[in-house]
Amino acid sequence: MALSASALRDRAPRTAGTPLRPSGNLRRRMALSRALEAVATAAALFAVALLIDVAVTVITNGAPAISFAFLTQSANGLSGGGIANALLGTVVMVVFGAAIAIPVGILVGLFLTEVAGPRSRLAHLLEVVLDMLQGVPTVVVGIVVFGLIVVPQQKETGFAGAIALSIIMLPLIARASQQVLAVVPPSFRQAADALGVERWRTVIGVILPAAAGGILTGAILAVARAAGETAPLLLVDSLYHPNAIQLQPFGNGVPSVPMFIYTTYDLPSVSGITLAWGAALVLLTGILVANVGARLMLSRTRRRMGL
Amino acid sequence: MSAHGGELAGERAPEVAARLRLHGQPVAGAGDRRLDAEPARETVFEIRDVAVHYGSSQALGWTTLDIHRHEVTAVIGPSGCGKSTFLRSLNRMNDTIPNFRLEGEVLYRGHDLYAPATNRVEVRRRIGMVFQKPNPFPKSIYDNVAWAPRNLGMRAGLDERVERALRHAALWDEVKDRLKQSALGLSGGQQQRLCIARAIAIEPDVLLLDEPASALDPIATASIEELMHTLKHRYTLVIVTHNMQQAARVADRTAFFALDLSGSQRVGTLIEYAPTRTLFTNPSDPRTRDYITGQFG
Ligand SMILES: Nc1ncnc2c1ncn2[C@@H]1O[C@H](COP(=O)(O)OP(=O)(O)OP(=O)(O)O)[C@@H](O)[C@H]1O
Ligand SMILES: [Mg+2]
Repeated sequence: MALSASALRDRAPRTAGTPLRPSGNLRRRMALSRALEAVATAAALFAVALLIDVAVTVITNGAPAISFAFLTQSANGLSGGGIANALLGTVVMVVFGAAIAIPVGILVGLFLTEVAGPRSRLAHLLEVVLDMLQGVPTVVVGIVVFGLIVVPQQKETGFAGAIALSIIMLPLIARASQQVLAVVPPSFRQAADALGVERWRTVIGVILPAAAGGILTGAILAVARAAGETAPLLLVDSLYHPNAIQLQPFGNGVPSVPMFIYTTYDLPSVSGITLAWGAALVLLTGILVANVGARLMLSRTRRRMGL
Repeated sequence: MSAHGGELAGERAPEVAARLRLHGQPVAGAGDRRLDAEPARETVFEIRDVAVHYGSSQALGWTTLDIHRHEVTAVIGPSGCGKSTFLRSLNRMNDTIPNFRLEGEVLYRGHDLYAPATNRVEVRRRIGMVFQKPNPFPKSIYDNVAWAPRNLGMRAGLDERVERALRHAALWDEVKDRLKQSALGLSGGQQQRLCIARAIAIEPDVLLLDEPASALDPIATASIEELMHTLKHRYTLVIVTHNMQQAARVADRTAFFALDLSGSQRVGTLIEYAPTRTLFTNPSDPRTRDYITGQFG
């Protein structure tokens, strides 16, 4: 001990007063670490720059279109008009789709965390299926819904669109719910178990309330994602009266903002392009607001759980 | 502490006490209650030759002991000797651990807790538990206490029930003006008393406490210990503690577990079980003596 201490003293630079600096191996590792930090930071900045670029482009192109009339009037063919009917149609379909996907997604999440054991094969299979579903191109979801709903009904409907959106939302919500439920502290379950309360009551009374904010966050993110989906709507809900408000998804095509962008951009008029940019700006704003709101909610949940 | 300690040291408890020995053979003395100074007590738990395995490793060796009504029974012993395993076997909290296996019988007031027909939710309804780390729900103070009664159909007089539980847990005066505030805002000691209030709000028969004060400062610890003395008039308490002074202060009886070699495995084994005073002043097993004098584990 005394020997190694004196050896250390001998090796230390005898420059009392100057600050201690790393040398040799430690110095190399620190240089490498700094280089990696720089690369990672650059990559992060690049991602942020991309987002800013998209936002700036959409804002500069779309802002001229934004007006009270644009938001409150329905589309009006070549002469322009607004996006009120498309906006309402998107809301109808997304709400309808979310009404299906949120409860089912939460139940799937509950199954994975509360019902199935850690070694359940069914749970494992379900996770794989969810991940695959999440990776399925949305146009494929569109084709499937086309075959399942549009073909038998012999018409494109908002209902078919809502179903397609719910299929896109489901894996997102289920996985988000699973992740949030998994971080509900096990001590809550233990405490509830020790009180002789049945597990399903614990789920409703303690576990879900503790996870509610996080689940809602996942649901909002999924909704925001679905609201901008275009490919499946192109297949199952592209035939609708473009200039009318249509809130009844059964039996009718329902207009939507993505479809508005898609069709208006192709109109043989210069104003059409501006209108499409305007609609894109509205869509982007909605998604951004939803995302920020979702993050805020998540941080609140974490605080509530004492994380 | 010093007052209790002096009392302990100055007084010689009767030599012969209900006492169990190693490796499962009954020892003379287990039935000699007539020689014991205290009156005969109603038995709440009869633990008969219980052994616990987690998978292939045995955590608890053949354990036989009785736990009496309206007493505080302390479980002491070095880390890893199976104290928590033993305690959690008394209300089937181990059931969810994969590969948990219990042999022998745990009789609670004559009912076999591990009989196939026994409902473990009902078991825990009667045998409550308080954990080492305070674990209040992320709800208000009131809702923490009221949650279990509500879910167990005890809705009548809920406010009174909550107040009673908080009073018995010696917390009422500190929280009565902020019942609607989050329980997570309480101090650690208050949270632990809240957990005790939550457990006694459903009027269990037995309360199991696993190192309830180990995360608390000395003042909060003292208030929890104080609480033990009053709670035992209503409930039967079993407490695991690492703190021998605490066992000496609160417990009527103390069980000492230690790791014992069984074949090649080190298995938690009940070494001695006796009235606390006897165990601390006149232990019958040298290992108990070594442990309480700090020469071991
Ligand atoms: N869930 C589990 N799975 C497997 N083995 C376990 C499990 N819980 C406990 N054990 C083992 O059982 C033995 C007894 O553990 P137990 O927690 O009962 O000890 P303890 O006396 O409470 O210790 P401490 O004083 O540290 O809390 C230990 O060897 C431990 O590793
Ligand atoms: Mg323990």
